[in-house]
Amino acid sequence: MPEQDSAARAANFDEVNLGFTDELALLEASRCLQCKDPRCMQDCPVCVNIPKFLELLSHGRIAEAAQSLLDDNALPGVTGRVCPQETQCEAGCVRAARGRPVGIGHLERYVADWARTHRDQLSAAKTPATGRRVAVVGSGPAGLTAAGELVRHGHGVTIYEALHKPGGVLVYGIPEFRLPKKIVAQEVERLQELGVKIECNAVIGRTWTVPELRGQFDAVFLANGAGLPVFMDVPGENLKGVYSANEYLTRINLMAAYQFPRSSTPVLHGQRVAVVGGGNVAMDSARTARRLGAAEVMIVYRRTRNELPARAEEVHHAEQEGVHFEFLTAPVEVIGNDKRWVTGLKCLHMKLGTPDASGRARPEPVPGSEFVMPCDVVVVAIGTRANPLLTATCPELKLNKHGYLVVDENGMTNLPGVFAGGDIVRGAATVILAMGDGKRAAGAINNYLKPAAS
Amino acid sequence: MHSILGRQQLSPNVTRLKVRAPRIAAIRQPGQFVIVRLAENAERIPLTIADADPAAGAITLVIQSVGKSTRELVALKPGDAIRDIVGPLGHATEMIASGRALCIGGGVGTAVLHPIAQSLNRRGVHVTSIIGGRSREWVIFEEELRRLGEVVVCTDDGSHGRKGFVTDAAKDLLATGGADIVYAVGPVPMMRAVANLTRPLGVRTIVSLNPVMIDGTGMCGGCRVTVGNKTRFACVDGPEFDGHQVNFEELMDRLTIYREFEQRATACADGGCRLEAAVAGRPAQ
Repeated sequence: MPEQDSAARAANFDEVNLGFTDELALLEASRCLQCKDPRCMQDCPVCVNIPKFLELLSHGRIAEAAQSLLDDNALPGVTGRVCPQETQCEAGCVRAARGRPVGIGHLERYVADWARTHRDQLSAAKTPATGRRVAVVGSGPAGLTAAGELVRHGHGVTIYEALHKPGGVLVYGIPEFRLPKKIVAQEVERLQELGVKIECNAVIGRTWTVPELRGQFDAVFLANGAGLPVFMDVPGENLKGVYSANEYLTRINLMAAYQFPRSSTPVLHGQRVAVVGGGNVAMDSARTARRLGAAEVMIVYRRTRNELPARAEEVHHAEQEGVHFEFLTAPVEVIGNDKRWVTGLKCLHMKLGTPDASGRARPEPVPGSEFVMPCDVVVVAIGTRANPLLTATCPELKLNKHGYLVVDENGMTNLPGVFAGGDIVRGAATVILAMGDGKRAAGAINNYLKPAAS
Repeated sequence: MHSILGRQQLSPNVTRLKVRAPRIAAIRQPGQFVIVRLAENAERIPLTIADADPAAGAITLVIQSVGKSTRELVALKPGDAIRDIVGPLGHATEMIASGRALCIGGGVGTAVLHPIAQSLNRRGVHVTSIIGGRSREWVIFEEELRRLGEVVVCTDDGSHGRKGFVTDAAKDLLATGGADIVYAVGPVPMMRAVANLTRPLGVRTIVSLNPVMIDGTGMCGGCRVTVGNKTRFACVDGPEFDGHQVNFEELMDRLTIYREFEQRATACADGGCRLEAAVAGRPAQ
């Protein structure tokens, strides 16, 4: 996939990957061997019929390819950009065994982008209305996917979104250079054209409660996300210059703080930014800090490169853009000056010990290895925990010990007709797993609504 | 869109807006707040709900003009609209069922006291309010609070009521009559002073905190405050806390994080930095 030059892009917020040309796309699609038992499809959380859309594409039948893709996946422009294809569809590709797998992710993106710009060439046939209504809580990947599926079954769908703009993590979390907001907006518009209603500024647990929604709708799908940021619980964490990744990214992505003062929300532009954590959110924060002009950006991670939870492509892009990795390093204190501004991160060197419950080697501190890493902004990207806002106002809902919702194999909670999926069930996971939950739950909701509908 | 139904200037820099928000008007409780976003590209600003008129589907917001964003809000006229209002957010105020309550308000914080005093009064709690301002013209909500109980007004220059700080009046009142609970809402130094006054007396003291906030749903953690040596999120755990447990110094300090940006934004709004606005699209300088 052609991409922007790394030096140029480290200073702008434009998308890094530039997309396939028509010729490249056709050529790449024709590399698909059309396996009888396609592993790529089995490894896809939303079960996209990959061989089908690739075959149509390879014959230049792009409108049909787009229709096929959209029938399986409500947000292909999103997944084509942010899915970890290397561990899913592309890992299963038989081509991978001898050389390079088919570039399924890039092709999905290509077809999705064509679909966005050629909406008039796609079928707009609507399913007859069933008269049943479903409330979806949260307009992130799980909620949007479920809404898309449900509306295609003919159900009336209203999404309730707490923020002022739909998209959830796709608009507040994932940066512009990885997933342009315009693409999310267009995918959302397409769902609205199909009949999905979206009510923004509605916090479930405050503006409305789950029992209220249950009283007004035939079913409810809870996909309100993981929520609360986890902090390190070390001294100095409330000094000026310490952000949760959620706050840092929300200021920049949702509130467009990088355009200040043209947009009104500010964000601190550090010269030396330390990002704590090794996941995709940490990579997003680090690459964002570079784009805000930081001379040095360090990823502080307590294990080694081999254990980084982030996607390989994100790590690679971060390195290309000049982000440094400080492996086997764990923060123990944030240091500030007399005005309480951050001046450094006190860390310990670690060594890998015996495997812990997660199967990964447990990092153990090296005695006497304490040092201070000078920095003026610290971004904490070590995960999130369940937000109790919704569940506290519906105490009947069964939660696990971490505060996440407990669901059965159909995605239904202990309350009949109330389903849930995405991070509020799994804890922080990926966009595509949340979408898989949305798709599965929509199927289950459709079955749940059927008996009474007939 | 939420249309402006009424506007009233309360003091030289405090404005009351009556805004259409039917759902919030119907269910809000004292102590709760909303987050407003005036227009595309505008900031999200937390504002306490000073009053509500469920029949008219309206809430009352009292806004102190301090920077570019609040200046834009207070410039709104009836017929204009606010793009986004979300709420009601935060927990409702902890109430007492009977006895005597002392409500202490400073500046725009006095507006926050109003729904609390209203609710206390409705429960039959004896309410005394102490409200303050620099001078007569800076005192707000005096008339509304008089309907709910006695009011002691304090001004720095003595142009109205007694001369001095609200804490001086509070000290006298607590020494003579006492109170079962104190509610203090105003500038952070005022709330700290009240908490310091009531701590040795053992009078429960509730303060309403106003840290920097974005989403209001617990997602960003920007509004974190230290209460009883624990980190709490004002948006979902508050906004009201036990004043004796709050680390006011840290709150005051964190409120200054964006001071430089606010000055720049105000200067820009005044037309002082066309150049900066032009290059703002280029993030890496």
